[in-house]
Amino acid sequence: MPIALEARHLVKQYPGVTAVNDVSFAVAEGVCFGLLGPNGAGKTTTVEIIEGVTKPTSGEVRYYGEPAGDRFREEAGIQFQNTALQDYLTVRETLEMFRDLYDRQADIDEILEACSLTELADRDNRKLSGGQRQRLLLGVALVNRPRLIFLDEPTTGLDPQARRNFWELVQGILASGATVILTTHYMDEAHVLCDEIAIMDAGRIITQGPPDMLLEERYEGLIIELPAETAGGLDGIEHRVYDKLGIVEIVSRDVTASLRELDAKGVTLDRIKIRQANLEDLFLDLTGHSLRA
Amino acid sequence: MFRRIYAVFKARNLEFLRDRATLAWNIVLPLALMAGLSLAFGGGDRTEYTIGVLTDAAELDAAAHPFLETRYIDFVPVSDIEQGYRKIARHQLDLLLRFDAPPTYWVNPDSAKGYFAERALLQADAAAGGRFTKAEIEGQPLRYVDWVLPGILGMNMMFSCLFGVGYVVVRYRKNGFLKRLQATPLKPMEFIIAQIGSRMTLVLSITTLVYVGTHLILGTPMEGHYFDLFVVAVLGTITLVALGLMIAARVTSEELAGGLLNMINWPMMLLSGVWFSLEGAGTAVQQAAKIFPLTHILDAWRSIMFDGASLVDVGSHLVTLVAMAVVFLLLGARVFRWNQD
Repeated sequence: MPIALEARHLVKQYPGVTAVNDVSFAVAEGVCFGLLGPNGAGKTTTVEIIEGVTKPTSGEVRYYGEPAGDRFREEAGIQFQNTALQDYLTVRETLEMFRDLYDRQADIDEILEACSLTELADRDNRKLSGGQRQRLLLGVALVNRPRLIFLDEPTTGLDPQARRNFWELVQGILASGATVILTTHYMDEAHVLCDEIAIMDAGRIITQGPPDMLLEERYEGLIIELPAETAGGLDGIEHRVYDKLGIVEIVSRDVTASLRELDAKGVTLDRIKIRQANLEDLFLDLTGHSLRA
Repeated sequence: MFRRIYAVFKARNLEFLRDRATLAWNIVLPLALMAGLSLAFGGGDRTEYTIGVLTDAAELDAAAHPFLETRYIDFVPVSDIEQGYRKIARHQLDLLLRFDAPPTYWVNPDSAKGYFAERALLQADAAAGGRFTKAEIEGQPLRYVDWVLPGILGMNMMFSCLFGVGYVVVRYRKNGFLKRLQATPLKPMEFIIAQIGSRMTLVLSITTLVYVGTHLILGTPMEGHYFDLFVVAVLGTITLVALGLMIAARVTSEELAGGLLNMINWPMMLLSGVWFSLEGAGTAVQQAAKIFPLTHILDAWRSIMFDGASLVDVGSHLVTLVAMAVVFLLLGARVFRWNQD
């Protein structure tokens, strides 16, 4: 598959702060690429540089091999994290206004249908709920039949049901062949939607690859989670204590053997949890702090 | 390009027209002001006497004639005799004097204040040797409410253009709407043209509505052509919108934008001739007032309405407005920023 988007050595410096520090990655056509990290990691700045709304201190963005320019603007669909819309316009009028800014134009009824907004088409956009508003912003990102779509924290503030509904919409977009760049601090969201992820911290990409591959490389086994107060009885067992979360974690290739060993050491197993490693664990291991800190 | 401009133009119009409180305020405010001023000033002249003295000097020499030392009379220099005749005809001057040969005064026989001013002049002139000869100029009085109508229309236009564009653009920038537009193929100049077009449509509609209403109800005079008034209104709107856009081109704080816009509004309100004429003010003040677009709009409107001036006659004002609009637009487009970065 051709490379749809390439970021080359992006740097963004503000007085006293380097928000983005030599970030490079490439995204193949048709892929959902996730840029993950905690608040302040630099992912939104990185994406805004790529979108062309923030000027980089240095670095370059290429779209299908060419510097991102007019063609990129015509073919990219963008859902910002926080976007105000014009007051007093209905959902349909808002979509029509944005559609008419492009030469590539989608059918508004199809977008309303795809984003489950048909029944809200004539509603003032100020009177939408959080989930409805996010669906409208996604609709705005689709008005030009984009080949490349940016979704910046699209489900922040939504309830679990609304988040899952949104995931289905994104999966539908991916099925149509579009490329998606997703930024999120929800690891489950990234795991469900993304073919490839890059985890950012302090302005840098600290690891990159398909989510399952990254987890397999890092974790050979399951995670045993115990209350933090049991840490004193774990001499001789490799473990990690997370004081703020009040837990101790042990990575185990053989859970049965590990449980026997813990029992032999007199560790109480009443509040034990056994689970698979996830992207949150990966981030904790790589950076030493929680994604939602 | 035109489709993109039209899309933003249409959306902005809908936003404004559906904001009923703002729309109503834009129409009600000037009508209410005109009604109030009509009640307050509709019935009579101003209480003080104003007498014009034909001279090329900027200041009058009180030693030229004992009459110039009379208290409670405002003596103003008049350099253009035609303009002096018009003011006598409209009762804007109670007398017009010329001291050099032959010493002459002009008075409107229908003006009560002119009658008393004439009596005072003749008394002072008799003591000085009785040199003045009399000439009469007839004409209907120009009421204050007639005179102030262009000022009210211009003031409403100014507020609507500066705040309705400048303030709104800053709000769009602050809430991220401009950043969203930046990520589309829309160009800054296209956005600016759409804003000017939208505001011009709305302002001209409202100004026309208010003018026609007050013109019909109060019977304000119209000596020139309505089309000429409209041309001045179009150029004035473009200039004021461009000024608002230039001020808002980079500002990201609504408070700062409000302060900057008021810094422009208030001098224009005071010095552009909205409420009162600057004829009695010093030359420096009159010259300073010419830097404001509203001064040229109001002077051109009053010349057309009261003197029957044509577009050629007010050409200097039109050229000045065009030049200002070009400068404001170029500067605004050059320093315009979509977002706060």
